[in-house]
Amino acid sequence: MLQVDQIRVVYDGFVAVDAVDLTVGDGEIVCVLGPSGSGKSSLLRAIAGLEPGATGRVSWDGVDITRVPTHRRDFGLMFQDHALFPHRDVEGNVAFGLRMQRLPRAEIDTRTRQTLDLVGLAGFEHRPIAELSGGEQQRVALARALAAQPRVLMLDEPLGALDRALRERLVAELRALFVRLGLTILFVTHDHDEAFALADRLVVMHDGRIEQTGVPTEVWRRPGNEFVARFLGWNVTRAFGDHVLAVRPDGLRLAGDPGVGGVVRARTFRREHFLLDVRLDAPHHDEVLRVEVPLDAPRIPDVDDRVELEIAPGAVVTRL
Amino acid sequence: MIPSRAARIAVAAVPIAFLALFFVYPVASIVGRGLAPDWRLDLDPLARVVTDASLRHIAWFTVWQATLSTILTVVIALPGAFVLARYRFRGRGIVHALVTVPFVLPTVVVGSAFVALLGDGGPLGALGLDQTLGAILIAHVFFNYAVVVRTVGGLWSHLDPRTEEAARVLGASRWRAFRAVTLPALRPAIAAAAAIVFLFTFTSFGVILILGGPRTATLETEIYRQTAQLLNLPLAAALTVVQLVAIIGLLFVTGRIEGRRGVSLRLRAAKETSRRPSTAGARSFLAANLAVMALLLGVPLLVLIERSFHPPGGYGLGFYRALGEVHAGSTSFVAPVDAIANSVRFAFAATVLAIAVGGCAAVAVASTRRRWLDTAFALPLGVSAVTVGFGFLIALDHEPFDFRGSSWLIPVAQALVAIPFVVRIMAPVLRAIDPRLREAASTLGASPARVWREIDLPIVARAALVATGFAFAISLGEFGATVFIVRPDAPTLPVLIYRLLGQPGPQNFGAAMAASVILMALTALVILAVERFRVGSIGTF
Repeated sequence: MLQVDQIRVVYDGFVAVDAVDLTVGDGEIVCVLGPSGSGKSSLLRAIAGLEPGATGRVSWDGVDITRVPTHRRDFGLMFQDHALFPHRDVEGNVAFGLRMQRLPRAEIDTRTRQTLDLVGLAGFEHRPIAELSGGEQQRVALARALAAQPRVLMLDEPLGALDRALRERLVAELRALFVRLGLTILFVTHDHDEAFALADRLVVMHDGRIEQTGVPTEVWRRPGNEFVARFLGWNVTRAFGDHVLAVRPDGLRLAGDPGVGGVVRARTFRREHFLLDVRLDAPHHDEVLRVEVPLDAPRIPDVDDRVELEIAPGAVVTRL
Repeated sequence: MIPSRAARIAVAAVPIAFLALFFVYPVASIVGRGLAPDWRLDLDPLARVVTDASLRHIAWFTVWQATLSTILTVVIALPGAFVLARYRFRGRGIVHALVTVPFVLPTVVVGSAFVALLGDGGPLGALGLDQTLGAILIAHVFFNYAVVVRTVGGLWSHLDPRTEEAARVLGASRWRAFRAVTLPALRPAIAAAAAIVFLFTFTSFGVILILGGPRTATLETEIYRQTAQLLNLPLAAALTVVQLVAIIGLLFVTGRIEGRRGVSLRLRAAKETSRRPSTAGARSFLAANLAVMALLLGVPLLVLIERSFHPPGGYGLGFYRALGEVHAGSTSFVAPVDAIANSVRFAFAATVLAIAVGGCAAVAVASTRRRWLDTAFALPLGVSAVTVGFGFLIALDHEPFDFRGSSWLIPVAQALVAIPFVVRIMAPVLRAIDPRLREAASTLGASPARVWREIDLPIVARAALVATGFAFAISLGEFGATVFIVRPDAPTLPVLIYRLLGQPGPQNFGAAMAASVILMALTALVILAVERFRVGSIGTF
């Protein structure tokens, strides 16, 4: 079990990670989700021991390993831009960690081959790195971290550099792989789809601090505060009643009777529906709500049209 | 980059100590001798430099020929740089490698080649250019063509052509787009190249000695003349001081130019920016420049080779066979074959020294963000081989550092000249290593020492190989420093060639030609061999 207490990373006066606590249980897949600049990569690097200026405690199974240098922590790290060794071929990269462990040659060969099989790159042993596609480089980077069989595998934006179709395919494969191998995983990303699809537990991070922790379905249905709500695409509004409410774009609809009024500022075709950006009238003039209008609606407002909004029956609404 | 601070300091200490003993101390001795001979401040020799008309003329001429050489080289080589950077054609790689060869040729070989070309009996002898400023200028362009091609061409090949295309889409003519977009982007590289060429031609020695004739003198040759022939050490030292001041000023200006990166550029891989010449105009431009390269860079060397095979009485190996003997009637000469052996032996020792010391210097330079180290290790390059040799002569011939008679003196001097090249070849490669590669290795279990072995070393090995080749070639052909400190009975090949050129008679001339061809072949072989390993990146010199 990985435990991280009060990790703080400061660059030149800028606080990148502000007293973060985190736990990853054995076999658990934890995701740190946050926008760019929220400190996720710095957190990962600090846990790996790559940030000499970081303060706080890192322990494994109760043993404090904060002072242990990186190469002895047995924490795997898959880098955002792969950081593959250009002067070695695929096999040279994947076998690197095994060579550092001084395993016998035969075992290194077997494990390398098995790991390449696992990530779908059987037979790629002697390919030069420069000839690989983005997706293949991704898999080599993953294989390299996996082959060393670290006690926890950390991934920085594992699917970041890939195009959409490839990403969607890999997400499913990755989760199946991680679960099958029973690996302890900590990964960071800014991509919602990746986070919700891969994680057992979500940690939302913002400006160096943790905003919310929970199971993906919970975080999705009940955002804990304004930031998380907005980050996940909810509307945050005071226009309906006395309280601050979070309501999803599909939880609002055009009202027949006068409801909360506003003017359409923009309209985007989203294939399965239209998405309207509606600027509300006074006194909520500072709010722009996003409203989904199905394709078969009787009326689809255009830009500059006036609309009345209400909360759809059965919509999921959270009080913040 | 280096594990511990202690290790970092230790690595930097080696080249610093080497430079302190073999460069700073001798140069300081010169300055001392020039300003205070007999331990009293005596500014008389220095004053003479200013008041004496002939000395003033020498100083002015040094600047004048350097300026002309620089302008000529840049104007002639710039189109060549464009052609090699931007056009794709068959044989491009070979041409690119061949263009570099003149730069690393020993100065005496170049001198011999142009004497063969422009002197009595040569194909262009009728022009009467031998022993004139004209010959010097042509030889300088010959030498420094590669500097412009590599420095400016290196950057040019990485410029994104789309920026210029964007200007043309917006209505700028080809020439206007070039002036408005490409030229500003190239300006730092052109300025840097011009500064380097000026520095090299300012301190040019062998070429001027051989091609200049008795009435042509620059600061360098005058220092040599005052020392070796007139034994007027104080005046020689005073001249050195003047030259030092000028060079330090130049280096300062160069440093500022190179430091000012100017416009931030979008750089692309060289493979993506080149294309085959598509129009007739482009093709003729390419052909014209290739012709210039062939004529300027190829013809002198071909003439040299031809005349070496042409003893009186028809073509043959006469001159080469004579290399094995000492001539009757020559004074204190060694058989050229022995000189070749001397040169190779010294070059080996110098290369080992240059790689050891220069390697440490490169590691130290790459580990720090401060630029002063970089400049410090480049100093011997700028300060001129003659100063190095002269400094050895007066500083290392008495206690506490009496190396007189030590056979290590020459390799040390040659290493000093080669070290700046070693640093400039290896340091950029070391600096460019992505720190994330080291971090990745660390997370995979590699200790700091192991990281160095697995990541830095293999990546820098290629650069080290190239640096070794350059160091060897430079040491082999080193002349300016060696001529001061070489023992008369054990000359190196360049020194022997110089002596042979100074002796009248076709036999001596022929021997000089043949020896030059051998020296040229050795140098070119080494350079062409390691050129294949050069990591073709943004032009560095």
